[in-house]
This record gives sequence, structure tokens and C-alpha cells, in this order.
Amino acid sequence: MLKINNLHAQVEDKEILKGINLEVKAGEVHAIMGPNGAGKSTLASVIAGKEEFEVTKGDVVLDGENLEEDSPEERAHKGVFLSFQYPVEIPGVSVTNFVKTAINESRKARGEEDMPAKDMLKLIREKSDLLEIDRKFLSRSLNEGFSGGEKKRNEIFQMAMLEPKLAILDETDSGLDIDALRIVANGVNKLKSKDNAVIVITHYQRLLDYIVPDYVHVLHNGKIVKSGTKELALELEEKGYDWLKNETIES
Amino acid sequence: MAYTEEELKKELETQEYEYGFYTDIESDTFPKGLNEDIVRAISKKKNEPEWMTDWRLDAFRIWEKMEEPEWANVNYEKPDFQAISYYSAPKKADPNKSLDDVDPDLLEMYRKLGISVDEQKKLQNVAVDIVVDSVSVATTFKETLAEKGIIFMPISEAIQEHPELVKKYMGTIVPKTDNFYAALNSAVFTDGSFCYIPKGVKCPMELSTYFRINEGGTGQFERTLVIADEESYVSYLEGCTAPSRDENQLHAAVVELIALDDAEIKYSTVQNWYPGNSEGKGGVYNFVTKRGLCEKNAKISWTQVETGSAVTWKYPSCILKGDNSIGEFYSIAVTNNYQQADTGTKMVHLGKNTRSTIISKGISAGKSQNSYRGLVQINSRAENARNFSQCDSLLMGNECGAHTFPYIEAKNKTAQIEHEATTSKIGEDQIFYCNQRGIDTEKAIALIVNGFSKEVLNKLPMEFAVEAQKLLEISLEGSVG
Ligand SMILES: Nc1ncnc2c1ncn2[C@@H]1O[C@H](COP(=O)(O)OP(=O)(O)OP(=O)(O)O)[C@@H](O)[C@H]1O
Ligand SMILES: [Mg+2]
Repeated sequence: MLKINNLHAQVEDKEILKGINLEVKAGEVHAIMGPNGAGKSTLASVIAGKEEFEVTKGDVVLDGENLEEDSPEERAHKGVFLSFQYPVEIPGVSVTNFVKTAINESRKARGEEDMPAKDMLKLIREKSDLLEIDRKFLSRSLNEGFSGGEKKRNEIFQMAMLEPKLAILDETDSGLDIDALRIVANGVNKLKSKDNAVIVITHYQRLLDYIVPDYVHVLHNGKIVKSGTKELALELEEKGYDWLKNETIES
Repeated sequence: MAYTEEELKKELETQEYEYGFYTDIESDTFPKGLNEDIVRAISKKKNEPEWMTDWRLDAFRIWEKMEEPEWANVNYEKPDFQAISYYSAPKKADPNKSLDDVDPDLLEMYRKLGISVDEQKKLQNVAVDIVVDSVSVATTFKETLAEKGIIFMPISEAIQEHPELVKKYMGTIVPKTDNFYAALNSAVFTDGSFCYIPKGVKCPMELSTYFRINEGGTGQFERTLVIADEESYVSYLEGCTAPSRDENQLHAAVVELIALDDAEIKYSTVQNWYPGNSEGKGGVYNFVTKRGLCEKNAKISWTQVETGSAVTWKYPSCILKGDNSIGEFYSIAVTNNYQQADTGTKMVHLGKNTRSTIISKGISAGKSQNSYRGLVQINSRAENARNFSQCDSLLMGNECGAHTFPYIEAKNKTAQIEHEATTSKIGEDQIFYCNQRGIDTEKAIALIVNGFSKEVLNKLPMEFAVEAQKLLEISLEGSVG
């Protein structure tokens, strides 16, 4: 589904991604771990098409299509979803209004009519139940004054509403309490199917107990320095990253 | 391909004013210039009684001695008042005609404006008094209103039919001597609306007037007078658009509101007159005096969405004369390209326990200048007066300006005055967040701006809130920079 080939990206002449190779197939869950500043969020942003980052080499291919020319919204319309590490506030715009706009814009891009209000309400009810979100919460301004955990849960609510093909969850676990982590992880698992894929970026093994990855990759200094199965996460939890910092092998 | 900011800017610059078409209706226009004879001729054209002619002449003499004000934070070439024609009426207009008889060109113009009268009638339960240039051409719902004793008609008719009311109230809230433009308006006003709500009557529908400047080189001087008798209620909406014109057109309206004991007036304006082109050429000069008087327990609420005009000078105000009276001002002012707006309000607290609320949202883009100017004045006898003011500015790009001039004069120690102000920018991060969710940049800006303006949009009557949102979208299209 997703194929990243020798991806190099920079910002203001500083190279951050230094040749990433990654293949994610439909139905798979991949975890990306790695020390602070390794380039994990940058990779997520580049996949989503953030223009601040300049791709200098390599490419991102989704379902055989090179995304190079696609704007962020076009990528979103093709099914790329990013759960932000730091979701932004949009004062005065309710969560409901925002997701409604997002859904209808994607439908418009596909040449479809707006979703009828009745269906929209039904979908909202279903997904907010799935994530145990109080519906009063949905009429609040997007992310404004939300607690850290509320912001993250709201990201996953949007993911549930949009039903993306490829979801990238950037540190969705950080800020979530133990119960919330379980609820959110369950939600993600319920949304999983053989036709979509998930990339989870995390620092902690704990999330991976719930969302079990097929592969774990370690990103360090703009490169994937090690890939393995879920046991790799356990090993990292135990040993930290130091032992990997000299590795250059990619599997 | 991704939309670059550069491309967005380009698009904005080349974007034509949506309503910039010119309807070719034969019109009956006075020669340019202003003198006592012209004032008399206007009065004669309208078959006015002598007292009205004298009132106009008095105003003209006052105006002649006045100077154009300079204190506002706006820069423009002063209009040549002798180069303007002071009367222009669509020739075929006849107030006695039914809608079916209205000039098809006029109806086409309404259609382009999106204000089909029939549709308004059926769908929105709105009584519309449409003013094209200087004469009212179609009035709907008159009969329904008449059953309740509500008078809603062009002011020129009211002068004929209800002289006692017009005489009693006109010029009492905005005197002829008030300011340069008010004096000018008093001398040459050609039309506008008159509305009287009898004691104890709640007006069952929104009353609405659409103003529109059409004939090139003509100024428009409407005069609106709304009187809400004791314990009555009315919600009034004024909407306006003007076609594109190269020369600047002058618009100097006067609106007077009178809310007697326990009455409430809600006055909403949506203004999208031609703002000039992307180089700052042309556009309407909008110099408006709006003021309301509240008697005991009365309430006046001004809501305005100002997206048009090259230069705006406008301060809808409330005189809180009666005890426990309430004044409100909710404003959204958008400026783009070279537009300049100096707008705000005056809340004058005279009575005891008077309260006022001011919410101002200024949105500036392009090379525009957007100023809020407000005065909260608490008189020495106004025990326990309260005011809350909030002025928020949203900036797009680095070439525009937002300014706030809040003045407070409190002469009573029991006054409670609160003022809050914020300035923010639309962030790249906000745009990217929206983009990532499939929302393109233009839509994202519209969404963010609507969110920013929500507290004010919520104050508009429902039907018009939708229109106002569209206007915000149109006037800011592609303005990220
Ligand atoms: N806009 C930018 N300008 C300059 N440097 C940047 C920019 N964005 C990211 N960087 C730098 O790129 C590097 C990678 O950042 P990134 O956010 O991708 O790290 P990360 O792996 O997600 O870290 P964390 O685990 O702390 O979230 C960091 O050194 C960061 O400072
Ligand atoms: Mg990160």
C-alpha cells in the first residue's frame, strides 16, 4: 500500500530524513520508535505532504501512485490520515463542524454529494460511542482548552469518522491515562481491517501491548537503523537506544 | 499541484468583485453639484411639505459651515461634493406597481444579488423594502404588517402619510449639527426606510431593506428611522451591495433608532459595497452615522458584518438614557487589499444600572488597515453602570494593520468596566492541520475566520447568518499570505 524509497527531506538546508526505506502492506501495523529528534514526526509530515519540508531525493508511493505532486488535502482525499503529536486549536470551530467539513470536502473531491445530515449524525453517534466520548464534548471548539489526553482522543475520533486507508498515529499514547489508552487502542483495533494499514509512532512498549505491530522499526538520525518484529520493542524497552546508534544495517 | 501562497495571492488580485455588474436601467439623474436649488429640487421631486423643505435647507446651511472630519485612521482623497449628482431614481419605478410589473432588469439585478423578492417572501418570512439608488421600488408584506398596526414604508412616503411621527422623531437622535456627513444627509437624503412598531406589539417577522448603489457618479444618502413604542420588539436587517465603479462613490447614511420604555430593537447590517480593485482604485466611501436611544428598560442591539467599501467610517452607538437600559454592539469588520475601516461604537451611559456589551472582531488581509474605535462614557448620575468590551483582531500576512482605540470616560465611581483585547494570526500549522483533514486552504481560512467571528455571527438572525458567512468567504478568498 505504502512504499517509501530512499526518502531524503530537509528543512532550511538541514537534512532531517536521510534515506528512508519502508514498505507497509494492507492489513499491517508498523511501529516506528526512536530517540527524540530522530525524525519520526518529520517522516509523518512528509508522508502527509507538509510543504515546509523539501523532498530532495526518493519518493512516497501510495497504491502505486507517486504522491510527489499531491497537496496535503489531495493526499487526505486519497486516504492518508495523520494523528498529530501536537494537535492545533481552531477557536470557534466545533469538533462536529470540523469533522463534518472534513468529510464533505473529501466527498466533494470524489464527486459525491454532501453526506446527509441524518447519516452524519448516525456516524457521529456510532464513533463517539466507540471511543466513549461524551457528545457534549463535540460541540466545543476544536482542541481549545482540551487536556492533552482529550486532544489525542479527539484525533482518533476524527480518524474513526474519516476511515482512512493509511493512518499514522504520532505519539497518540502520550498524554493518555491508562483507561483512555485502552479505549483508544481498542478503537484503533476495531477500525483495522485487511484493507487499511496503521503506522504507530511511539516511545513506549505499553501501547504495543494493545495495538500489536507486525513490524517494529527504529529510526535514528534520519534513517531506519533496525527493523524487527514486536520483540524488538521489548528489547528496546530494556536496553534503550544506545546499542543501536552504531548500527547501519537495515533489514 | 499544491497551491502556493504566491498563486493564491495572484488569484486574489485578479478576482473580480462578485457583484460588479451594471444594470442598464434608464434613470433620472440631477445635474452634478450642490446648492440650495438642488436641495429644493430634491424636496420638490418628492412632493414634500414645506416643513420638510425648510428642514433640509436648514441642514444645508449648517453643512456649508462644517469641515470634513480628519480624526479617523483613514487616508483617502476627499470627495468633491460639487462633482456628485444628488438625485438618481430608476425611471420606471412606481411604488404602486405589483412585483409582476417591476422592470425585468431590476428583477435580474436582484437575482444576481441573490435576493429574489419572491423567494424572500416565501422562504424567509421577511418583509423586504428594496431601495435601488434613491427610490423604493418594491415593498412586500405591507398588509400583513398593517394588520398589527406596524408601519414599514419608504421614508418619503412616511413624510406624506405620517408627518406627525416623522416630525416628532427625525433628527432627535442624530441632529443636523451632529457631524459633517449627518448634516449633508439631512439636506439631501433621498430615501430610506421608516418603521414604527406600536405599543406592546412584537413584530412577527424580520424587517429588511436592501440598499444598493447603481447609477455611476451618484451618492446615496438614505435616512432610516425606526421607532419601537413601549414594550414592542422589532428585528431589522439592512443589507447592501454596489456594482463596480471606477470613481469613488460616496455613501452617507443616517440611521436613528428610538426604543421607548421596555422596547427592544435589534438592528443588523450586512455591508458588502464595492471595496475597490486590488490596487485600491475605486470603491465606495461609506460614512455612516447610526445611533439609538434607549428609554427605561429598553434594549438596542447593533450587529454588523462589514466586508465592503474602500473606506468605512461608522460607529453605531447607543444612548442609554433610561434606567436599566441595555446597549449592545457586535461587529465583524473585514478589510482586504487597500480597504480601510475605522469603525466601532459609542456607549453613553446616562441612566442607572445601564449595561453595555461590545464585541468587535476585526479581520485584516492584504494591505488593508482595520481600526476599532470605541468610547464608553459613564455619566456622573449613571449609578452601577457596567460595560464589557472585547476587541479581537485577526491578521493575515504581514502587510496589513490592526489598530484599537478604546476610550473610556467614567465619571461615576460605581462603574464597572472591563476591556479585553487580543491579536492573532492564522497559523501555517492551523492551515496544514485542516489540509491534512482534506480541507483546502481557502476553505480552511473560511472555517478559521468563521470560528473567529462566531460570537458575532451567532447574533445575526439565522437566515442572514448564512449569507454573512458566504460574504466573509468571498471577501477573503485566497487572502492567505
Ligand atoms: N521546521 C523545522 N525547522 C528546523 N528544524 C526542524 C524543523 N522541524 C523539525 N526539525 C528538526 O528535525 C529533527 C527531527 O524532528 P522530529 O520532530 O521529526 O523528531 P521526532 O523523532 O518526532 O522527535 P520526538 O520523539 O521528540 O517527537 C529535530 O532535530 C528537529 O529539531
Ligand atoms: Mg515527534
